[in-house]
Amino acid sequence: MSIEKTHDGEPSGAGASGLMGAPGPSGRFGEFGGRFVPESLVPACIGLEEAFADAWADPEYRARLDGLLASYAGRPTPVTECSRLSERLGVRVLLKREDLAHTGSHKINNVLGQALLAERMGKKRLIAETGAGQHGVASATAAALLGLDCVVYMGEVDVERQALNVFRMRLLGAEVRPVSSGSRTLKDAVNDALRDWVASVETTHYCLGSVMGPHPYPYMVRQFQRVVGDEALGQCRALLGGRDPDVVVACIGGGSNAAGTFAGFVDTAAALVGVEAAGGAALGNGLPGVVHGMRSQFLQDEMGQVLEAHSISAGLDYPGIGPEHAYLAAIGRASYHAVDDGEVLQAFQLLARTEGIIPALEPAHAVAWLVRAAASGQLAAGSTALLTMSGRGDKDVEQVMEMLA
Amino acid sequence: MSSPDLAAPLGTTGPGSAAAGAGAVTPHEPGRLEAHLRERREAGFKLVVPYITGGLGDDWIDTLRAVAAAGADAIEVGIPFSDPVMDGPTIQEASQRSLESGTTPLSILDSLRRVEVEVPIAVMTYYNIVARAGHRRMASELAEAGVSGAILPDLPVDESAPWTAAADEAGVETVLLAAPTTPDERLRLICGRSRGFLYAVGLLGVTGERSELADSALTIARRCKAATDVPVLVGVGVSNAEQARAVCQVADGVVVGSALVRRLLDGAGPEGAAAFVAELRAGVDEA
Ligand SMILES: Cc1ncc(COP(=O)(O)O)c(C=O)c1O
Repeated sequence: MSIEKTHDGEPSGAGASGLMGAPGPSGRFGEFGGRFVPESLVPACIGLEEAFADAWADPEYRARLDGLLASYAGRPTPVTECSRLSERLGVRVLLKREDLAHTGSHKINNVLGQALLAERMGKKRLIAETGAGQHGVASATAAALLGLDCVVYMGEVDVERQALNVFRMRLLGAEVRPVSSGSRTLKDAVNDALRDWVASVETTHYCLGSVMGPHPYPYMVRQFQRVVGDEALGQCRALLGGRDPDVVVACIGGGSNAAGTFAGFVDTAAALVGVEAAGGAALGNGLPGVVHGMRSQFLQDEMGQVLEAHSISAGLDYPGIGPEHAYLAAIGRASYHAVDDGEVLQAFQLLARTEGIIPALEPAHAVAWLVRAAASGQLAAGSTALLTMSGRGDKDVEQVMEMLA
Repeated sequence: MSSPDLAAPLGTTGPGSAAAGAGAVTPHEPGRLEAHLRERREAGFKLVVPYITGGLGDDWIDTLRAVAAAGADAIEVGIPFSDPVMDGPTIQEASQRSLESGTTPLSILDSLRRVEVEVPIAVMTYYNIVARAGHRRMASELAEAGVSGAILPDLPVDESAPWTAAADEAGVETVLLAAPTTPDERLRLICGRSRGFLYAVGLLGVTGERSELADSALTIARRCKAATDVPVLVGVGVSNAEQARAVCQVADGVVVGSALVRRLLDGAGPEGAAAFVAELRAGVDEA
């Protein structure tokens, strides 16, 4: 991969389409992105931007990260051909198996990168927000691995519905702080993590879990996740006799597994599809705004008060979306759709029964869209889809058991 | 409250004015808020600016009048936002209570438009409220409501130009924040662009009461005073008269939020708020 710089006017590292390279000045993707944080945090964000640029261009850092991704996280993850599901849908389905990565989701890719960066910056404490708990578990894991302190903010609603992950984080030595403000879900966990960071910025790295927040996070997290798409591109070509899939689909909470996947395919002819939860469809139902450090699309009222998202999936229960997705939507390079809780529960069971893979509720959204698009003819019969299976369903089994009872 | 003769001359400066050096003469024409604070400072007073969450309780406008009468030099009125990341538990709770009672940015501006308060008012809110309304619309609505200044803690100087252009044009003074982590070069940039006053954040952290005054409060006050001639007010973590007095050994004044808002949440009402502001006044007047 070419060396990328975030400075204005320098090579962006983008490929033929010019998309998904480095962002423009001050972290802009078109009109989206930016760095809207309290003054206390601005110097830390600038420092992080520089530290990331420096590390990303440093072969030693990259070798250490790649080494951990391989020997610790289990990369490369495979691409699995889904014959029985394909037969059922009339569409050839390939899954990029992030569910097989250590800790059970793609979140580990980003967290290893950031934890190594924190170490490099001399920061001994990590804070993180989490919804489904997967990012929290990944952060706790990396902290244990590198001997860092770790505090994870998690909405009370999510603490309850993702109890297994709460226990995992505690086993890994992290402190989980339940958040009781607002909707008591991911949005509020981000608020409290930001409040912690405002006070602790000199000693603490905020290990943000998705392609959101102030610059450089949306860009940096996408770069850490692009390994998903870069691997998948080669794997698909090997399976498809040199061809690319017709459509590449991923679920969207903040949008990190989707961004990492899209980054590998943005220069191909593949259609890029992001799938949001119907109750958290920031691109479907949101308005432009500035929240959590970024200009993007958010569910909000006409006065600018942020609305609560609602989804069975804690990881997609977020009223915003990463700024680069807002940009890809605005220019029409990617399209974004929403599926409801009922469709997701169906898809969750369908994948389990046809392929023996129990998905997390988050990527079950992507499966649900595929089912719908195949049935409606939006996806032509015989076309090929790559779907990022961003995580495994263990954490959700209890919740689904209750819902199906 | 904004009779035309008191209205601020339009802000005249753009990015080119960033070069205010130590003790430099302000390159801009002070608006009403800044002119008033300078006048009070020149008369030998330290400045007391209480913060009140707009729409908190039916009598919040009475509270506004009461704290003005009790010796406030200007008043900060919070327009509550759903996700106030610079605020600790007290102001979060006040914001939520106010929002639950139906407060909107427009309802606050409507109330302010109809009230006479002798001292300048600055609103404090988050940038999404402004971005949603639109810069020009919000700036002109603030001006029409008689509001002199605006404080947007999540809009750092680097991102502020589109808003300050509209605010300057409408005669609304944008108060910028300087933090303990702000390096000197940025501090000069911030000082050069802050209008009304310079908000020196007294500690690394969100709003909330602290039992001790942080050392960083005096340090940031000293750094800001050396960098600008605009009035320097320290806020965040200034919780009582004694702390206010200590800060005012260096700073031109204080912003006191959570300590007052907690009293309001506890039912102190306009009289209780006035009594607390009178305490702060007496505290800094001894300085
Ligand atoms: C398995 C899984 N997929 C997806 C997500 C959503 O995050 P993102 O949109 O950043 O990929 C989460 C978040 O918790 C998750 O756990």
